[in-house]
Amino acid sequence: MTSTPAPKTKPQARSIRQTMSDLHTWSGLLVGWLLYAMFLTGTVSYFKDELSQWMRPEVPHRQSLPDPAVVAQHVGDQLVTLAAGSPQWSIYLPTERNPVAGVFWRNPPAPKGALKADASTPRRTFEEATFDSSTGRTLQARETLGGDFFYRFHFQFHPLPVLWGRWLAGFCAMFMLVAIVSGVITHKKIFIDFFTFRWGKGQRSWLDAHNALSVFGLPFHLMITYTGLVTLMAMYMPWGAQTALKTPMDRAQLSAQLSAFPPPGKATGEKVPLAPIAPMVREAQARWGASDVGRVSVTHAGDAAARVAVTRGESTRVSMSPQYLLFDGTTGKLIDVHDGVGPAAETRGVMYALHLGRFSDLHLRWLYFLVSLGGTAMVGSGLVMWTVKRRTKLPDPTRPHFGFHVVERLNIAAIGGLSIAMTAFLWGNRLIPADALRRSVTEVDVFYWAWAATLLYALVRPAKRAWVELLWFGAAVLALLPVLNAVTTSRGLWHSLTTGDWVYAGVDLMLWAFAALHAWLAIRTARHKPKAKPARVMAPVRTTASAPINAPINASLNEDRA
Amino acid sequence: MAQPRRALSGKLGNAGLCERIVNIGALLSRIVAAVGGGYAVAALASVAVLALPMSKTQAVITGELASFAIYAGAVVWVFAVRSAWRAWAGLLIVAAPLALVTWAVASGHMASLATGGTA
Repeated sequence: MTSTPAPKTKPQARSIRQTMSDLHTWSGLLVGWLLYAMFLTGTVSYFKDELSQWMRPEVPHRQSLPDPAVVAQHVGDQLVTLAAGSPQWSIYLPTERNPVAGVFWRNPPAPKGALKADASTPRRTFEEATFDSSTGRTLQARETLGGDFFYRFHFQFHPLPVLWGRWLAGFCAMFMLVAIVSGVITHKKIFIDFFTFRWGKGQRSWLDAHNALSVFGLPFHLMITYTGLVTLMAMYMPWGAQTALKTPMDRAQLSAQLSAFPPPGKATGEKVPLAPIAPMVREAQARWGASDVGRVSVTHAGDAAARVAVTRGESTRVSMSPQYLLFDGTTGKLIDVHDGVGPAAETRGVMYALHLGRFSDLHLRWLYFLVSLGGTAMVGSGLVMWTVKRRTKLPDPTRPHFGFHVVERLNIAAIGGLSIAMTAFLWGNRLIPADALRRSVTEVDVFYWAWAATLLYALVRPAKRAWVELLWFGAAVLALLPVLNAVTTSRGLWHSLTTGDWVYAGVDLMLWAFAALHAWLAIRTARHKPKAKPARVMAPVRTTASAPINAPINASLNEDRA
Repeated sequence: MAQPRRALSGKLGNAGLCERIVNIGALLSRIVAAVGGGYAVAALASVAVLALPMSKTQAVITGELASFAIYAGAVVWVFAVRSAWRAWAGLLIVAAPLALVTWAVASGHMASLATGGTA
């Protein structure tokens, strides 16, 4: 694996495995730090609903779920006044994992005279609220993004502008895909090496760990990367739609294949009260099952042109393709049943669902979480390997060149620092007063300040000390967080265990599990002694020996592709 | 940049700087081919799919779904071949028919091509 593209004597054509190895190394390094962050925050997002619950301790623990039809009716009654004049509102009905009803609505268009004031102080076009599912009232919980912060961070680097963030994430994901493909080509003996694991051998062990993690989760990593791109594909590859779909009709047809938000028509201005929502939800329940109603969207409530769409949930099928019942909002009569899309759209729906994993029950979600964590470790070990390998080749290891220095420090901050930043976000959730202004923004600020602090720390400390100290610090803040939870809320671990509140108990216990993981990593890093001499001999042997054997393979592959 | 990298790998110590510049040029050329050229090929393919005999919306979605595999394949190709020139040539060989189909689709001549499945 000669990786520097800088001049070297090359006695023969580079084999495909060598070129792919270079591609693997450089594509991985180019986007590795962001990918690590995307992987880890994405992994955590498989439990984002649970995290959101943990971050809103004011929302009481519920043993059983109320009837979605009743909840929809309660919340709808409130919205008629709360969101008066809104062209569209949506109620996300409570689920097993998220016992509250989330609502968002579009603000009514501003009157013409008010336009000037709006230009100076941009008004939010959406409002959000959370409703208690049993009383139907707005919940007075602390303002927080909850687990949604990690979720939004992992594909759009919240709070970056959404468009920029998503393009950046897509760029990283694309190179992840390239890294996976080139990694497989590089790694010829992929399955044999999986069973040969060499502990405590410095560079070799890093390589073995990286390979084992990659091979074990390979189908998952490939799936999650590709489907991740698919979730935002209309944005990354808009050219087909722009070429083929010229009329608004065409575009409406496409969006009907992809999303379950029927576009709001034109309001008539004639005031007609909204028909009861509960019977509509019951009709959907009869069709899909009692707990499989995901959302109720209403357009132009209170107008003669009102429409109600009851959308199917995501928990009982492996597809995100839109299925909904459309009702006339004034009479409550069923107008349209949208229960299928074309084959390509269904494929996309399945890929989307595979990425989000919301169909999965608890066991499958844990599996997703663990394999995803393995993917995070794959990216992390790959990043670390770059420095471990190059350290042995440095002319003077005590004075590394600039590039090495940068990669090493960024590794420390990106890997060791991110854990601390994410934990700091949760500390912020418990320590910032519940009624503070701009509370959820401050929480996000805490995340970034903590992360920046770890980068600063990594820059000023010797590399190995920085690793060990940050890992120990991460272990400490993780371990103390359940204690902080017990002190600042009435829902400490003991309380959760005795009342059977598995969400709270689970989050607390996971924090300790992660604390143990960080402590273990800290101990291993502290004990690690780089074996410079043997590694230096071993590294070149591997690549040069394989080169001649692979030259013919290279040639035939090239012909095949041309 | 004009020559394959292999030809430059002589043992001439005094040509170090020159070789270095050419090598970096070839590498930059490959990076541009991979990132920009790969995206262009993928984008062309995602439009050319519209010539397939299927409904417009399904074809649009199919093109979007497949584009990332094509992009990844193009990047791998660019770094797999011996020289930056071959990389560009390969991309062009794939892009030319796709561009033709794309042009036909965009200008409404797709009916004549629809049966061929040139994409």
